Amino acid sequence: MISVILNGEPRQVRQGSIADLVASLGLDVKKVAVERNREIVPRSTLADVALAEGDALEIVHFVGGGC
Amino acid sequence: MTDQWSVAGRTFTSRLIVGTGKYKDFEQNAAALEASGAEIVTVAVRRVNVSDPSAPMLTDYIDPKKVTYLPNTAGCFNADDAIRTLRLAREAGGWDLVKLEVLGEAKTLYPNMRETLEATEVLAKEGFLPMVYCVDDPIAAKQLEDAGAVAIMPLGAPIGSGLGIQNRVTIRLIVEGASVPVLVDAGVGTASDAAVAMELGCDGVLMNTAIAEAKDPIRMARAMKLAVEAGRDAYLAGRMGQRRYADPSSPLAGLI
Repeated sequence: MISVILNGEPRQVRQGSIADLVASLGLDVKKVAVERNREIVPRSTLADVALAEGDALEIVHFVGGGC
Repeated sequence: MTDQWSVAGRTFTSRLIVGTGKYKDFEQNAAALEASGAEIVTVAVRRVNVSDPSAPMLTDYIDPKKVTYLPNTAGCFNADDAIRTLRLAREAGGWDLVKLEVLGEAKTLYPNMRETLEATEVLAKEGFLPMVYCVDDPIAAKQLEDAGAVAIMPLGAPIGSGLGIQNRVTIRLIVEGASVPVLVDAGVGTASDAAVAMELGCDGVLMNTAIAEAKDPIRMARAMKLAVEAGRDAYLAGRMGQRRYADPSSPLAGLI
């Protein structure tokens, strides 16, 4: 297990790719976007990018909102 | 007779854009959208709730294949946060048509125009097509257009206030000076406010709270659809001149 910051909260996750993490959270990879250490990770490369200790990850999606 | 409008090469028939916030639930939101006839909805980008990933998602109720999602930067108070949010939005949904808003303060939610201009320039350079929330200032509107805004979206009144179009003169001046679409964004409270925006020559109106906080949001959504259409027709028809005094509509000749 390694420590990362996921959506602002410290979290222990299994070593692997970002795609593995997204899947382990029960999220549909097609409905989210991921930022790693303030850099966008293109969806096409999520399976290729390995998580590293201390990574800061943001996983976002669309929610209702107006102005 | 079709009356369409285009923004950044995309053509729409409905001139009403609706938000997707503040509704009781997704069902009500989807029903209001249907009643409004809107073809574009604004959406916000937020962190996924990683502790409850099975929570219902907006995309389950409003199909992004049928309705154009317009990701916004609501809640961003500087250019960097807004740009970062829209980069994520583009990755999440693939949309480059976006709504930029960079707020200045929480109390008024007035835009910070310095940051807004800066963000517009950066986004345009990165290939985004930013529709930009702004002050009702004809000079600022021109500057935004020069910076790459594909639509100018002046506020009619503060976001969520429902106060209606506060300055018809500045909205009209923006419409007259712009070569991109102008849409009133924020401030609409009821149907007549939407009609006023359209009568001033705006290409469209964006609203959220006026529908979502109505006692019957679905009925209000329909009212807004009709008001936008009525206002547009009145603008195209060309209103009568105003007189200071009465002028009878029946002939004076032949009076008994």
